[in-house]
Amino acid sequence: MTTPATGTTACPNCGAAIRFVWAQAVQTTCDFCKSVLVRHGLDLERVGTQAEFPQTGSPIQLGAEGEWRQRNFVVVGRVSYQWQHGRWNEWHCRVSDGTSAWLSDAQLEYAMTAPLAEPGELPIPQSMQVGARYEWGGVRYEVANITPAVYIGTEGELPFTTSDKLEYWFADLQNIDGKLATVDGSETPPLLYVGEYVDFHDLKLKGLREFDGW
Amino acid sequence: MVAAAGSPVRTRAAGLNCPSCGASISLVTAGWSATVACVTCGAVLDAQDPNLRILQEQEQRILVQPRIPLGTRGTWKGVPWEVVGFQQVTITVDEVPYSWREYVCFNPYHGFFYLTEYEGHWNVVEKLRRRPDDRQADSSRLTFNGLAFRHFQSANAVTTFALGEFPWEVNVGDAVRAHDFVSPPYLLSAEVTEHETTWSLGTYADPKAIAKAFSLGSELRSPVGVFANQPNPHVQSARAIKRTFGFLMLALLVMFGLNMAMSSNEVVFDKQFQFDRAQGDTLALVTDPFDINGRVSNVAFSIQTNLNNDWAFFNIALIEETTGQAIDVGRQVSYYSGTDSDGSWSEGSRSDNFKLGAVAPGQYFLRIAPEGGEVNGGVVNYAVRIRRDVPSYTFYILAFFALLVPAVISWAPSASFEQRRWAESDHAPVSSSSANDDDE
Repeated sequence: MTTPATGTTACPNCGAAIRFVWAQAVQTTCDFCKSVLVRHGLDLERVGTQAEFPQTGSPIQLGAEGEWRQRNFVVVGRVSYQWQHGRWNEWHCRVSDGTSAWLSDAQLEYAMTAPLAEPGELPIPQSMQVGARYEWGGVRYEVANITPAVYIGTEGELPFTTSDKLEYWFADLQNIDGKLATVDGSETPPLLYVGEYVDFHDLKLKGLREFDGW
Repeated sequence: MVAAAGSPVRTRAAGLNCPSCGASISLVTAGWSATVACVTCGAVLDAQDPNLRILQEQEQRILVQPRIPLGTRGTWKGVPWEVVGFQQVTITVDEVPYSWREYVCFNPYHGFFYLTEYEGHWNVVEKLRRRPDDRQADSSRLTFNGLAFRHFQSANAVTTFALGEFPWEVNVGDAVRAHDFVSPPYLLSAEVTEHETTWSLGTYADPKAIAKAFSLGSELRSPVGVFANQPNPHVQSARAIKRTFGFLMLALLVMFGLNMAMSSNEVVFDKQFQFDRAQGDTLALVTDPFDINGRVSNVAFSIQTNLNNDWAFFNIALIEETTGQAIDVGRQVSYYSGTDSDGSWSEGSRSDNFKLGAVAPGQYFLRIAPEGGEVNGGVVNYAVRIRRDVPSYTFYILAFFALLVPAVISWAPSASFEQRRWAESDHAPVSSSSANDDDE
């Protein structure tokens, strides 16, 4: 256990410097020894080690910057999921107004969402029906699919801890205007994220991964 | 989640081999594909599995040669793409199989897009991330991006051949229910499986543009027939004709209106006469002079008689008083009626109307010499009425048809193109042989 300075602390496993880019982060991964660290007040607890990611080929990486809803964001963390037909990442973004948002890259179809506070009573994903309609924040959505997913890895700073979770359910909802909502069953009650599909160009991403020959 | 730290990051799934035939497999889409069909043996493999688990082996394999070989790079709308997958999809209508080919294209930043080809007709297809608006009374219509789409065809589409990488799980023999809606040059397609509905938007593309985009050495074949969302090449000219026709009709109407408004239609002469056949038919009468004023204009004569089963011939001369110049006209008026075994009949008319062209203003008189008629005919009462500057209808009727005929003729190719398009749909006219009973 070490005494963290403002924004900077040391890895309890290897002593490497740990810097939190996002003040509200509760979990991060040590760049050096890959220890998964959970923040308890001022202390960091090592809860495990991050395996190498099964690759997803995403061009997004930690430190990438972009633009959404006229605000800049920087990618500070990542959760990778596996579902029946593949993998995708939810990239945790710190937005310039201090809020947090998520950039998902399932099959390179990009979507940005942000948690919706006080959505009212939410159904758990397993109880929802494909085609059923819901309205949150004045926007109507229709359930497109409901699927279980598992964590296959995390890196960087996250607003929640992932170490105690295995599989849980998601429900994805869409509408005719390209908006989307995700009911995340990883917590009880479920969490609601709302946002929209975004065009790769419109995200104006910088600091992307480079691919040989592209 | 627990592994040794510092293991190398793979950037490409290199050194993989097909567990069915041993051929080497390269995964361009690194992590995004669900399945890969071995180029050598056709086995469908789980691209998400590190050992490329076999999902389906092909025993007897038909070979379909992609027109764009896998691995070909191209540029579409400024973005580079690589062709990574190819499948043939077949629908069967009236026991006749129809096949089209789909190419999966990949870019590591932009993801996937697709090309389809049927009988030389190409479409550039993107998967949609929002549903079209189907909240319409008529379920055969959809709205997307403000465009109205009409249902074209629904069919069970079966994958009959697959090669390379696919972002979904592809298996030869798998079927989806496909619904197509058209608004040329766009094609909205819904692929419905048990678990989900996927919408995509195709845009009709010129084969030359495809060949150029993918630097294909040989030319792609020319399209055969009319495709569902092929733009109607005549639609522009048909629209232009419609517009021109509308404009000319309007002009004609305005001219007609002006003509009506400006024509004075003034009665310059109106008198009753008697023709007593008992006095012989050589008697000519001369009227009092009357004035024809205003501009040079036409004059319309009307002769009303009380002839009944009788006829008469009127020699009429319109004579300018000062110069003595005459315009001579001879008109026969006859009217017969009666009843026979077929009922009552009549022939001819008791009145006669005719026009004279440009008549200059001046003082005129008429010389009228009636003659002829049935032997026992008695007195004929008749009235002669003259109006000057009367509106003319004939010109407008002729002009209307003169404009209508070329408009219809030039509209025909556009209509015939549409007819050929819809003959291939579920909504073909009943007479068409391609009418389809595929719908449930």
